[in-house]
Amino acid sequence: MHHQIEGSEAVARAVALCRPEVVCAYPITPQTHIVEGVGALVKKGQLTDCEFINVESEFAALSVAIGASAAGARTYTATASQGLLFMAEAVYNAAGLGLPIVMTIGNRAIGAPINIWNDHSDSMSMRDAGWIQLYAETNQEAVDLHIQAFRLAEELSCPVMVCMDGFILTHAYERIDLPSQQEVDAFLPRFEPVQVLDPAHPYSIGAMVGPEAFTEVRYLAHDKQVQALQLIPEIGQVFSEVFGRASGGLIHEYKSDGAETIVVALGSVNGTIKEVIDVMRGDGLAIGSVSICSFRPFPLDELRDALKSAKRVVVIEKNLAPGLGGVLASNVRMALRGATATVYTVIAGLGGRPILMNSLHDVFIAASEDKLTDVQFLDLNQAVVDLELERARTTRHSGPTAESILRQNAKVGE
Amino acid sequence: MTEHPSQSVKFYQTGTHTVGNRLLDETKRTVQASVDRSNAITSGHRACQGCGEALGARYALDSAMRATDGQLVAVNATGCLEVFTTPYPETSWQLPWLHSLFGNAPAVATGVAAAFRVKGRKDVRVIAQGGDGSTTDIGFGCLSGMFERNDDVLYICYDNEAYMNTGVQRSSATPPFARTATTQAIGEAPGNVFGTGKNLPLIAMAHNIPYVATASVADLHDLEYKVTKAMGMRGARYIHILVPCPLGWGSASDATIQVARLAIESGLFPLFEAEHGEVTQVSKIRRRVMAEDYLKVQKRFAHLFRKEGKDVDKIAVVQRMADHNIKRFGLMDEETAQ
Repeated sequence: MHHQIEGSEAVARAVALCRPEVVCAYPITPQTHIVEGVGALVKKGQLTDCEFINVESEFAALSVAIGASAAGARTYTATASQGLLFMAEAVYNAAGLGLPIVMTIGNRAIGAPINIWNDHSDSMSMRDAGWIQLYAETNQEAVDLHIQAFRLAEELSCPVMVCMDGFILTHAYERIDLPSQQEVDAFLPRFEPVQVLDPAHPYSIGAMVGPEAFTEVRYLAHDKQVQALQLIPEIGQVFSEVFGRASGGLIHEYKSDGAETIVVALGSVNGTIKEVIDVMRGDGLAIGSVSICSFRPFPLDELRDALKSAKRVVVIEKNLAPGLGGVLASNVRMALRGATATVYTVIAGLGGRPILMNSLHDVFIAASEDKLTDVQFLDLNQAVVDLELERARTTRHSGPTAESILRQNAKVGE
Repeated sequence: MTEHPSQSVKFYQTGTHTVGNRLLDETKRTVQASVDRSNAITSGHRACQGCGEALGARYALDSAMRATDGQLVAVNATGCLEVFTTPYPETSWQLPWLHSLFGNAPAVATGVAAAFRVKGRKDVRVIAQGGDGSTTDIGFGCLSGMFERNDDVLYICYDNEAYMNTGVQRSSATPPFARTATTQAIGEAPGNVFGTGKNLPLIAMAHNIPYVATASVADLHDLEYKVTKAMGMRGARYIHILVPCPLGWGSASDATIQVARLAIESGLFPLFEAEHGEVTQVSKIRRRVMAEDYLKVQKRFAHLFRKEGKDVDKIAVVQRMADHNIKRFGLMDEETAQ
C-alpha cells in the first residue's frame, strides 16, 4: 500500500513488519525518528511481543542487542555518526560472535568539527568490522533492504547494517510502497538461531581464543561475507518475486553498458548522478553509472564486469581518507586491478554540502577529457583554504581552524 | 535458605571463626555442602592458588543455580574470571554463559533478560558479573543504566581492588596507599593516593533498586544467603563481594579467607544488606581488629611498615576509615564496642 511518508517513519514501519522482539533505542540525529517510530508502534500495541528498551548510550544499545540476540531474539537498533563510533567495540563484537542483529545507520559526518549533516564517514569507519553493509539509494529501497536484511542476517548468522543518507533520506517525505504483514511474514521466516543461551543446553559463548585458532575464526568471518555475495542477489530475486519490484542486490547499473566514462557511488547521490547522465547522454557522451548497494561484502567481480567498457571511472565519495583520498575509490581500484581504466576520486558532499547537478556535470566533462587529478574535492572553496593556510603559516598561535574559516566566510559574505 | 544463618547461630567452638557447617541442621547447611550442588564453575580452571574470585564466584553461582532450579544464564565481563574459566577450547561453565566485552556486561544482561521476557520464559533468570575494574570503572555507565531501568538482573561484582588480569593496575576501587603497578610504592607519596575510590554499594543504593548487599569469601554462608535472597526478588539487584587476590595483594595464598575476615573484623569492609535504598541488615563485628592488623599481612601495604618505622599517620587514616564505617553502619554492639 502506498503512503506519503517520511523515510524514517517508513523504515520504522518496515522494521515493525519484521516483528523484532527486542529494539534498543538511544537518540542521535538523524536516526532518532526511526527508533521513535518503532517505540510508538510498540506503545500503541501495533507491534506486539517486542521489548522496546531506552538505554543510556549507543554502547549500551548495541550491547543490549548483543545479549538479546544471543538469547535468541530478533533484534534491531539504529544509530549514526558519533553514536556508531561510541559503540565501535560492540560493533566488532556482535560480528565476532556471529549475532544477526540489524542496525540502521542514518549516515552522518563525524566531528570535530561537530556536524550533524550527511556523509558516509560513520559507516565507512566500521567497514571492516565484519558486518554486511547495504546502502539504500531511495527510501523505497531503504524499506526493502530492511526486510531483506533480517533474512540475510539470520540465514548467515551475521549482523547487517542498512545505511541510508541522513536527512536526504531519513527526513524526506516520499511516496513509499509499504508491504502488508502477510507479505512480510511470507518472505521472512521465523528466527532460528544457530547458537542460543539456553539452560537446557548450556554452552559458553565468547571464550578466549589464542593464536592456535584465531586465524581460522577470522577466516570464517571472511568466508561468511563471501557467502553473502551469493546470498544477497538470491534474496533480492526472491524479494522481487514476492513484492513485485526489484530492490537490493549487489550493484545497480545505469546506462553503463558500453559507456566510456562510468560513475560509481553509494547511496542517494546516485539519483542526482542519473539525472546528470541523462543530460550528458542527450549531448552524445558515452557515460553511465554503477550504484553499489552492497559495500560489504564488496562485489569485486560484478563491479569489474560492470566497468569493463570504461576508459575511466569517476568515484563520487562521501567520505575522506585523509592522507590517501577515498575509501570507495580504493575498493574500486581493487576491482579494476590489471584493467587499464583510470580511476578518479571525487570527494563530495562532506558534512551535508549539497552535490549539485552543475558541479557533477562539470566534473564529469573534465573526467571525460581526462583533465581531473587523482583526488579532487568537489566545489572546494580554494580561496578560503589558501587564506587559512597562509594564516597558519604566518601566525604560530593561529587558533582553531574551523572557527577561523567560518569567520572568513562571514567576511566574504559582507 | 532465607533465615540469616550467620546471625542466628554462632560457632566459636571451632576456634577458627568458621561457620561450622556440620554443626548446623541439614536444611541450613551451605549449598556447597550438598552433593546436589551444580558445580556451575567446575574444576580444572586456571585461577591462581588461593584466588578469592574463583571461590566467591563458585559459591555465588551455585547458590543462584539452586535458587532458580538451574534456569540461569550468566553474562561475564572481560577479566580474570572470564579468562581463567574459558581458555579455548575449554570452559568451566556448566550453565549458559556469554562473554561480550569489558564494559558492557550489565547491558548485555539486560538484553538477555529482555529476550527471555519477550519469549515468555519468566523462569529463566540472569546474572551479570565482573571484577571491580569492569564494575566501578569501564562498565559503570552501563551498570547505572541497568539499575535505573530496574532491569531483572543480579549484578555481582567480585572486588579484588585493582586490575589483576592485566597485572595489578589501580582501579577506582583500589584503597588508599595500596601499591599497584600504576601506583608504585615509590616517591614521597608511595602507593595509591588518598581520597579516591568509589563505594559502589552506596552508589547502587542511591538508585533505589530492590536489593543491594555486600558479601565476603570470609563468610561464605552469608554470601550464599544473600545470593539466594537476591534471586528470590525481581528487578535490578547488586551484590558486591570482597575477594582477596594473593598475587595483587601480596598475601599468602593460604591466607585468602583470613585476609578477607580481617577486612570485615576491622570494619574496612562492612557486610550489610539494603532494600530500596535503605540498610536493612548489618553483620556485626565479632572480634574487632585494628586496621593495622589487616594492612600488615599484605605486601601491597609494606611501605607503611618499613624497617625505619611504621607510617603511623597513614595507618591512622585507614583506621579512621574503619572507625567511620563502624559508626555509619553500626557494626558493633554496645557491649562489644571498645
